[in-house]
Amino acid sequence: MNAIIIANLTKKYGTLTAVDNLNLTIKRGELFSLLGLNGAGKTTTIKMLSCLIQPTDGDAMLLGDSIMENPNAVKQKTNISPQETAVAPNLTVLENLELIAGIYGQNAETSKKSAEKMSSRFGLNDVLGKKAKTLSGGMQRRLSIAMALISDPQILFFDEPTLGLDVLARRELWALIKQLKKQVTIILTSHYLEEVEALSDRIGVMTKGRLAAVGTSAELTEQTGTASLEDAFITLSGGAL
Amino acid sequence: MKILLFAKRNTKEILRDPINLFFGLCFPIVLLLLFSVIHSAIPADANNTMFSIEKTAPGIATFGTAFFALFSGMLLAKDRMTSFLMRLFASPMTAIDFLIGYTLPLLAMAVAQGFITFLVASLLGLPFSINTPLAILFLLPIAVLFVGLGLLCGSFLNDKAVGGICGALLTNIAGWFSGVWIPLDLIGGVFKQTAELLPFYHSVEAAKDAISGNFAGIIPHLVIVSGYAIVFYTLAALALRRKIRDE
Repeated sequence: MNAIIIANLTKKYGTLTAVDNLNLTIKRGELFSLLGLNGAGKTTTIKMLSCLIQPTDGDAMLLGDSIMENPNAVKQKTNISPQETAVAPNLTVLENLELIAGIYGQNAETSKKSAEKMSSRFGLNDVLGKKAKTLSGGMQRRLSIAMALISDPQILFFDEPTLGLDVLARRELWALIKQLKKQVTIILTSHYLEEVEALSDRIGVMTKGRLAAVGTSAELTEQTGTASLEDAFITLSGGAL
Repeated sequence: MKILLFAKRNTKEILRDPINLFFGLCFPIVLLLLFSVIHSAIPADANNTMFSIEKTAPGIATFGTAFFALFSGMLLAKDRMTSFLMRLFASPMTAIDFLIGYTLPLLAMAVAQGFITFLVASLLGLPFSINTPLAILFLLPIAVLFVGLGLLCGSFLNDKAVGGICGALLTNIAGWFSGVWIPLDLIGGVFKQTAELLPFYHSVEAAKDAISGNFAGIIPHLVIVSGYAIVFYTLAALALRRKIRDE
């Protein structure tokens, strides 16, 4: 069953076309990665799908609801982990988690239980009473991702989730994302090709706002006649090997 | 539910910052004490009531709300810059949830700040009467204006720029043109005419009239302040709505 059906999705800023007539279908439980150089349109696509910006043209259906006609229904079943750490600095870890749970409609008791579950899952138990701003960068990122998951989303957008994390923290997050696969439909953007290769079911390569190619890592290398995903990506992005 | 959760979060963010606590609650008290010392230094036979507690307390209570532009603007700008607001924009919260969630804590603070200011003023000789809650109530339109100005700046500027505009520039403009520091009649001319066109002086006069029981004089001042508050708060609401639609 399809989780996301994107039809002719376009975003223009004046004369600049950030996303150009995007058509794509993503299955339920699939982890789909968007690859592209800076300015290729990855983040703009995620922002449109998470109802943060309105498309100039086209539409997308997320689990049966249109981002144009019923954004509130879409928002209720999706969540986003933005590129930058997105936490309330003067709130404690527990308060941050309970706030997001509450905003997505959980009552106080359920919010507390969800916060406990997330803090155990992300190793945040020891810092529950600490203000978010006092945590290290890696711990803040963990909290930020826990906040994206606490609403129990059916579709999750990860925008550069491991940006700025050290190797260990990155591998921990990979393990967590792997656990989520099949349960949640995930769209991930990343500049790290090994990350995309390790995690993704399928990969879409965007260049200048257009989807240049879609497939598994093996399919992309085959399509481009290259030896690795990196070479395939460079070829599809118009670079020279 | 969402509004209250968000308002609670904003209250904690504001009150857990010691600088906000100082400017929000302590600074008006410091000013009251300072003016009280100045007033007591003026010889009684000079018959100068410029810094009497009846005149300074309503002015300081009104001036205290100027910092709410700084609080609301800084909070919104920081939320925007750290992507926290993007996370909330992607949630099922509506524009009204955001607007009221940012405003409600500061209106509650305006009441608390006004109460504390008039309480300390009563210890310095201002009678605490039935007129006092009325004066506190009349602080709300100017508080809405300052919150609106803060949200308007916070929607477009970064936190440093908000600090400069709402913290330094706006508080000075509000202070000087309100007649709190120096009575406008002493300066007169274009300065007085300009002050009368702006809302700050009228807000102070409304609070003074409320404290002195001159109820007939309140309405014209409140109309001007409320007009400004409606215009700037509406602009802030439109700016925030636009941000939500096109983050």
